[in-house]
Amino acid sequence: MSDFTRRRGAVGYLLLIPAALWLVLFFVIPFYSLLATSLYDPSGSDFRGYEMTYEWSNYQHALQDYWRPLVRSLLYGGVATLLCLILGYVLAYAIAFKAGRWKNLMLVLVIAPFFTSFLVRTLSWKLILADDGLVVNTLQAVHLLGADGRLLATPVAVVAGLTYNFLPFMVLPLFASIDKIDHRLIEASSDLYANPVVGFFKVTWPLSLPGVVSGTLLTFIPAAGDFINAQLLGSPNQRMVGSVIQSLFTDANDYPAAAALSMILMVIIVVMVFAYIRRAGTEELL
Amino acid sequence: MSQVAEQDATSVPGDEGFDGLRLREVTKSFGAFTAVDMLDLDIPSGSFFALLGPSGCGKTTTLRMVAGLETPTSGSITLGGEDITFAKPYRRPVNTVFQSYALFPHLDIFENVAFGLRRRKKSDVDAQVNQMLELVELTSQARKKPAQLSGGQQQRVALARALINEPQVLLLDEPLGALDLKLRRSMQIEIKRIQNEVGQTFVHVTHDQEEAMTMADTVAVMNAGIIEQMGSPTDLYENPRSTFVANFLGQSNLIESSVKDRAADVVTVDMHGIGVSIPVARAHADGDKGWVGIRPEKVLIGEQGEQLDAPGNSVPGGVVSDVSFVGVSTQYLVRMPWGQELQVFQQNTGHRRLFRQGEQVELSWRPDYAFLLDYSQDAAAGAQRGSEG
Amino acid sequence: MIGRWLRDHLVLLLGLVVLAYTFIPIAVVVLMSFNAPESRLVYQFDAFTLHNWLNPCEDPSMCEALGRSVEIGLASTLVATILGTLAAFALVRYDFAGRSSSNLLIFLPMASPEIVMGSSLLALFVASGFAGQLGFWTILVAHIMFCLSFVVVTVRSRLAGLDDDLEQAAMDLYATPSQTFWRVTFPLVFPGILGAALLSFSLSFDDFIITNLNAGNTTTFPMYVWGVAQRGVPMQVNVVGTVMFLISIAIVLAGEARNRQRRRSLTAGPVGAELASARRPS
Repeated sequence: MSDFTRRRGAVGYLLLIPAALWLVLFFVIPFYSLLATSLYDPSGSDFRGYEMTYEWSNYQHALQDYWRPLVRSLLYGGVATLLCLILGYVLAYAIAFKAGRWKNLMLVLVIAPFFTSFLVRTLSWKLILADDGLVVNTLQAVHLLGADGRLLATPVAVVAGLTYNFLPFMVLPLFASIDKIDHRLIEASSDLYANPVVGFFKVTWPLSLPGVVSGTLLTFIPAAGDFINAQLLGSPNQRMVGSVIQSLFTDANDYPAAAALSMILMVIIVVMVFAYIRRAGTEELL
Repeated sequence: MSQVAEQDATSVPGDEGFDGLRLREVTKSFGAFTAVDMLDLDIPSGSFFALLGPSGCGKTTTLRMVAGLETPTSGSITLGGEDITFAKPYRRPVNTVFQSYALFPHLDIFENVAFGLRRRKKSDVDAQVNQMLELVELTSQARKKPAQLSGGQQQRVALARALINEPQVLLLDEPLGALDLKLRRSMQIEIKRIQNEVGQTFVHVTHDQEEAMTMADTVAVMNAGIIEQMGSPTDLYENPRSTFVANFLGQSNLIESSVKDRAADVVTVDMHGIGVSIPVARAHADGDKGWVGIRPEKVLIGEQGEQLDAPGNSVPGGVVSDVSFVGVSTQYLVRMPWGQELQVFQQNTGHRRLFRQGEQVELSWRPDYAFLLDYSQDAAAGAQRGSEG
Repeated sequence: MIGRWLRDHLVLLLGLVVLAYTFIPIAVVVLMSFNAPESRLVYQFDAFTLHNWLNPCEDPSMCEALGRSVEIGLASTLVATILGTLAAFALVRYDFAGRSSSNLLIFLPMASPEIVMGSSLLALFVASGFAGQLGFWTILVAHIMFCLSFVVVTVRSRLAGLDDDLEQAAMDLYATPSQTFWRVTFPLVFPGILGAALLSFSLSFDDFIITNLNAGNTTTFPMYVWGVAQRGVPMQVNVVGTVMFLISIAIVLAGEARNRQRRRSLTAGPVGAELASARRPS
């Protein structure tokens, strides 16, 4: 409590305005453009111009035609997020509790691979999961995969790629949360007759929940909207809604449909996020 | 108003030519909360002054107002005759040793100490810094960063960094709080020695009453934004004027009594049927009732009916309810006939025997050691758990 | 015996396994950078060669795309870092109406799917009549937009973690507000600003989805890779990937070396002994 905690006055606004303005202009307002575009008469084009006819049927058509990629995106994104949670929790826990003085180094090592290009990394997965590569051969040898089974062009490859690429988004928030847990709480629980497994579920897990919530959100949201993995590692049968939206924009030039589909995706994600946050009960995300 | 009425007149309002630090009716409010309430303080130049009180009493806020890091809501602060109430901290000849030391982590020790000199564009910085580092015995650490030093060393850097600017007033905000006991003791002596050497006014804020009494020439006890009593450590300890001061410095026994007679030089009270007299200079209660105060180390304990060395107030009928052997002394809790347990500290000189639990004893003390306090005050005010200050 | 050791260290081992897993594709990238492919379309390791490293710009459009990405990266980093740092200061040090809404505004782009952000930007550009001018500037605008949030969050956390006392101590020691800022606040926040800048650059450099929708005829490196993925990938792409990886590892190692050096001088000699005996655990 002092005169120094926060200053009032116009300077605060001045410092904030440039960034805030940029975001309002290029993040907030574009959503209105998106909404407007989704209601254009689909018979126009960016060539001749679009006519605003409040064409709500664009949404209906988008859902009818593309519900499969939409559901697929949510599904793949969900599974990938779950896998990220498992792998990421192990990693975050190991770094927070068991790494000692290597903690910082390991943290940075988690992020370092992700400074190479996303696309180049994903191409590598194409090699790793190739039909006569080590991984496929091994899986065939232990009969987890049929004799002429493949990984590429299957949902497995797509989900594997998604899991890999979004792992840091899960690990970092998880780590931040787990690291804050006081080790003495675990000691106390074991003093009170809890074995390590029980100790984990009763003490560690609940205390790490804020990290779990923010990690899963920060992973699921981009993962559901991604399509690079699906395009490079999957077949048209694994097509995700992101790639549909993109090709509607660039190939088919069907802006209203693309915009409508994009809006649908956004609304679904926003609704899911709010429901999830309400359920998880942590508003401290922000 | 601060309870200035009864305190010793170290302040002479309107004294021209007072060249020390003077606070007049200084008040600081944060919304509805008043941290410092109409504070009056006169600190003579060159003295070692301690501002003592529990956490939240407003002592740190007062210090920060002197430093310029807070602005008083009302009142004035003058230094050497000059009004500095609203002067910016970088324009005051006042420096602070912060509780957290606040050493600049990105600068080495040399640059930390040199910081103030460089801002004031002093020449001859190198020589002065080296001299100061020698004074605090940190010459070998000059090029290290603060994080590489121990707590005690950091504390000395903070001190050096402030002192080198030869401020008119040096403010110390609980600077020894983070140090362990042994180090704290040696630093107390160190700081006192330095103050004697440099001769500048030191204002030391602390909640540790032992620390305040050891180091300071004058101590002001602060409670809830006002000064309860101010004076030399001896004055405050031996003749407290409020229950807060009586309990905050050391420990006191406070016993209910009713005033029977007020003579010119002595006040006689009835303490649960026993007549007790208190010299008038030590009687600070006006009403019909009062708390008789006596420090545990002043109480003599003896067998029932035994003639004790202290002719005066004699209180029979006690039963020993607890005995604690503390090495230097033995501490007794004696339950008196009216139900109260009194504390008695007896130095283990080896000349008197030790009493056992359950024994019947008689207590006694010399009247000149007792004091009388206002009954309307809370007898538990200022009392702290445990014996550390 | 072994079983016991395994059990005690199980979590750590698992963690290391997961960590190794993250490096496998990188190993592949490095490997493939030395590959001499037999066929353009089949992506597999055929023979070892240094050719790719010696002729990085064999496909000139790759280097052109690379150059474009670096340009855009630097420009967007510069703008985003400046604007974001100013905003971070505003949010941490100042109190004003709308602070919590601003915090929300900053946070949202980090949590939005890229395809939605890209689509809406494209919709904006088209609706404003810039459909024909998609290219460098529209990409730049988009990149600054999504980098801002990351810069603000990074700088903000560094700034909020600064000891309050330090600036007050500086003022107590005769530093004016301006001197206090440049001599105390800024040097201490700088690592955060630097980190934010690096993060911003890598986000910009690596972005595909938003860029692709708003690029018009311009090609950035990720777009180039996307393009050749269908047609046949030149191995030089892996050279670029390897170099990026080496640079990031170098930065990590440099940072770690500095930390180690500091730690070593901390524990050596008489200081260490004094520390051990005199310092109280905080």
